[in-house]
Amino acid sequence: MTLYLLKRLAVLIASTAAAAVVVFAFMALLPGDPAEIALGVNATPEAVAELRRQFGTDRPPLTQFLDWAGGLLQGDFGISYVTSSPIGPQISDRLGVTAVLVLGGMVVALVLAVPAGTFAAVHHRNPLGAAISAFSQVGIAVPAFLAGILLVFVFAVQAQALPSGGYVPISESPGEWLRSLLLPWLSLGLVQGAVLTRYVRSAVLDVMREDYLRTARAKGRGATGALWRHGLRNASIPVVTVLGLQLATLLIGAVVVERVFVIPGLGDLLLNGVAGRDLLLVQGVVMVLVAAVLLINFVVDVAYHLLDPRLR
Amino acid sequence: MRGRLNAGLLVGGTLVGLVTLAALVSFFWTPHDPTLVDAAQKLREPGGGYLLGADKFGRDTFSQLMVGARTTLYVGIVAVGIAAALGIPLGMIAGMTPRGWLSELIMRVNDLVFAFPALLLAVMLGAVYGPGTLTAMIAIGVATVPAFARVARAATLQVMVTDYVLAARAAGRRRPAIALRHVLPNIGSVLIVQASVSFAIAILAEAALSFLGFGTRPPTPSWGRMLQESQELLFSTPRLALWPGLAIALAVLGFNLLGDGLRDFLDPKLRRIRAER
Repeated sequence: MTLYLLKRLAVLIASTAAAAVVVFAFMALLPGDPAEIALGVNATPEAVAELRRQFGTDRPPLTQFLDWAGGLLQGDFGISYVTSSPIGPQISDRLGVTAVLVLGGMVVALVLAVPAGTFAAVHHRNPLGAAISAFSQVGIAVPAFLAGILLVFVFAVQAQALPSGGYVPISESPGEWLRSLLLPWLSLGLVQGAVLTRYVRSAVLDVMREDYLRTARAKGRGATGALWRHGLRNASIPVVTVLGLQLATLLIGAVVVERVFVIPGLGDLLLNGVAGRDLLLVQGVVMVLVAAVLLINFVVDVAYHLLDPRLR
Repeated sequence: MRGRLNAGLLVGGTLVGLVTLAALVSFFWTPHDPTLVDAAQKLREPGGGYLLGADKFGRDTFSQLMVGARTTLYVGIVAVGIAAALGIPLGMIAGMTPRGWLSELIMRVNDLVFAFPALLLAVMLGAVYGPGTLTAMIAIGVATVPAFARVARAATLQVMVTDYVLAARAAGRRRPAIALRHVLPNIGSVLIVQASVSFAIAILAEAALSFLGFGTRPPTPSWGRMLQESQELLFSTPRLALWPGLAIALAVLGFNLLGDGLRDFLDPKLRRIRAER
């Protein structure tokens, strides 16, 4: 297990480094010089050269990369060419909002999918189980931002029970904070829950056909009892993998959902950065999101090994 | 014919057929010019030649939906085409030489690309080259390559240990010939299913990108942008969000069901397992 962990950790570090190279190289391809953009068309060549020196964009690309990547390791994302403010604090502020959004969505998905999927598997021969399967198929076809718009229509326009958008920090008012996040959580969670339901259903179905479950039932446990005692841990192995992949999907889904509900998270920061041509900011946010995806994959792989003793 | 028609195939095929039909007809005919701004028809209620009404610019919603179908299919076809053209050969190479350094390299790069979701790639490409249909298609396509490569590799690994491949190798057939004559035809059904599922994902990605302003540029109609434009009018004219939303959901549902249906149709082994359930 330790060896596996070390190996997997090495892969994580190597791929994060490779991703940093890709992100940097990509943004370095950009036509247009940040210094020229910042100063406008009427700038003198001397002023541009001076600003370029200040930004450090006059140095060779490799030096710039090492400088940027070295800074990242210390949590320093550089200083924006556009707003002249440090990027790191902006990212860490927004990261918290997005993380709460994503984790809340995941909780909604789990609360929905585990009972629904298990029920659909246990009752796979009757209409109710089939109905759950059909319903989840429809849910998969609805993107999170569309679910968001539908939820706004139902809960904000029709029922006028929840705000249609905006974000209230928890420090200002915990109640309003909760109200402002309910619909975004539901938009992310309902859709991912639909996807997850299918996987839970098929994982539980697989387990239900196993010999050990038949033995447990032969020993006098009821269907639910046997499943509870012996089935769910085994069924959880494939589900955890999907859950991890979904966490990455949720992270990206959150970028769009933040736009629907005007929530100041990482996605909002990223899109504003692109609109304002704040390249270093875009580079930083993309790097954080990609690193998060890689980290999630790492955690999933490790969790997979912990859950399944046969792999140890 | 290897299998029997099933519900997924029928419903999915019908939905995909409808979207395709709308897209094809839109080349020759739409009720109105979908990009024509007409102040007199602003937010017109449905009826009188405007089947689903008009938007805030007086553009006919139904005509926009039809041309939007064209945009959706266009993006899907090109994106899935890019993903298949790159992913299938790479996956096959990796599957045919599972212990080689090339295979290792392909799968490592694959994992790296996998960490860049379509949306992020599109935003990065959009920041560099300006947002548009082309950058969206390329981003979605490249982001889908790993899915194809993985599926192609897994399927190739299975085919490579079969007796007929062994026989071909014993007979001295070269690898490229084996790949074309034996491997590709036998992994084809898996790849067709993958293409259908990827198409659904590409539609979702295009809609999200257009919603964010990183996809199809105005005035070309796109379901995602129709949704974005309708959001501010949700309180007064919710039907403007309803139709493009429904179109996206039905198209995605169609391709997903078609994928499931094809899987059952093309793979008799899987069908038997499902029947047991």
